[in-house]
Amino acid sequence: MALEIKKEWCKGCGICVHFCPKKVLVLDELGKIFTRDIDKCVECGLCELRCPDFCFTLRKGKGEKVS
Amino acid sequence: MEQSVEKLLRTKHLAHIWCPGCGNGTVLAATVRAIEHLGLDQDKTVIVSGIGCSSRASGYMNFDTLHTAHGRALTFATGIKLARPELTVIVLTGDGDATAIGGNHFIHAARRNIDLTTIVFNNGIYGMTGGQYSPLTPTGSYASTAPYGHIERPFDIAKLAIAAGATYVARGSAYHTKMLADVIIKGIEHTGFSVIDAVTQCPTSFGRKNKMGAPAAMLEWQRDNAVTVEAAAKLTPEQLAGKFIIGELHRSEAPEYVAEYDKVIARAQKGAKK
Ligand SMILES: Cc1ncc(C[n+]2csc(CCOP(=O)(O)OP(=O)(O)O)c2C)c(N)n1
Repeated sequence: MALEIKKEWCKGCGICVHFCPKKVLVLDELGKIFTRDIDKCVECGLCELRCPDFCFTLRKGKGEKVS
Repeated sequence: MEQSVEKLLRTKHLAHIWCPGCGNGTVLAATVRAIEHLGLDQDKTVIVSGIGCSSRASGYMNFDTLHTAHGRALTFATGIKLARPELTVIVLTGDGDATAIGGNHFIHAARRNIDLTTIVFNNGIYGMTGGQYSPLTPTGSYASTAPYGHIERPFDIAKLAIAAGATYVARGSAYHTKMLADVIIKGIEHTGFSVIDAVTQCPTSFGRKNKMGAPAAMLEWQRDNAVTVEAAAKLTPEQLAGKFIIGELHRSEAPEYVAEYDKVIARAQKGAKK
């Protein structure tokens, strides 16, 4: 699965960062989400489930796709 | 957002207007997941909301939607359901919208047992207008209109709904988002007036005033203070103090208003023929 991130919808609330079990997600200097080490992602889907801004979609494929 | 529910959202209107970490997006997501699970037809499902931050949710949903007047979502929804009983009508409302200005409509919709599903985005505060206390603000908490602590007792919205005649009542939370979607599914499936109390976080107006920390900490507060119906049955009232009970709280059968009204129409038409 590939993790698609809609960065332009991110408000930097930190919910995904807090709940990511592998600490893959971090906020950049502008307070927006990005992945630090996508290879550690276990595709648990917690970010997709918990993000109140609909930023994450697990799609077929591999790695990360930022839009 | 899962691919399967993307079509149920008006993604061109995103990002939404809610504050960072606001739980309204999570309750909205649970609602569309429930609708997707049920496979409801987008052209036969109507979403009606009142006024408030939470009531903005209807605008992001790709259905026939109606954003109405403060406290009056249930009145518009009643009209739609009576005119077009074949439609599934879902009402989205805030705790202030539903139990303060709209409290009267709430109890009477419950009393009539009209086949609507009402999802109350319960953040315990008037979010949109600056954090005034609502009828669901817990005693002792702080609000912009309760700077020394709130002295009023809140309604227990579930007990209020049950006493007024609602035939399906359940509670979930933004943290327990899968369970929330599950009770929304059951509420929509139920014929009669269904109330889903969706406990959610307002980091800006409630969280800051009550020193609850970051949005993630507010979600953990929900995790740590929710007790399932099954667990609550084994606890004393003292042990349950300050906790909230999640799950299916009430289910009963009673005549449904639109069906009863149809009988009146049939009787009246028979009378006219004589
Ligand atoms: C007739 C009327 N009275 C008052 C208002 C102001 N007003 C707008 S939203 C709101 C309260 C919203 O609180 P709630 O329903 O809890 O929703 P939230 O914003 O927290 O989601 C009030 C009092 C209004 N718009 N219309």
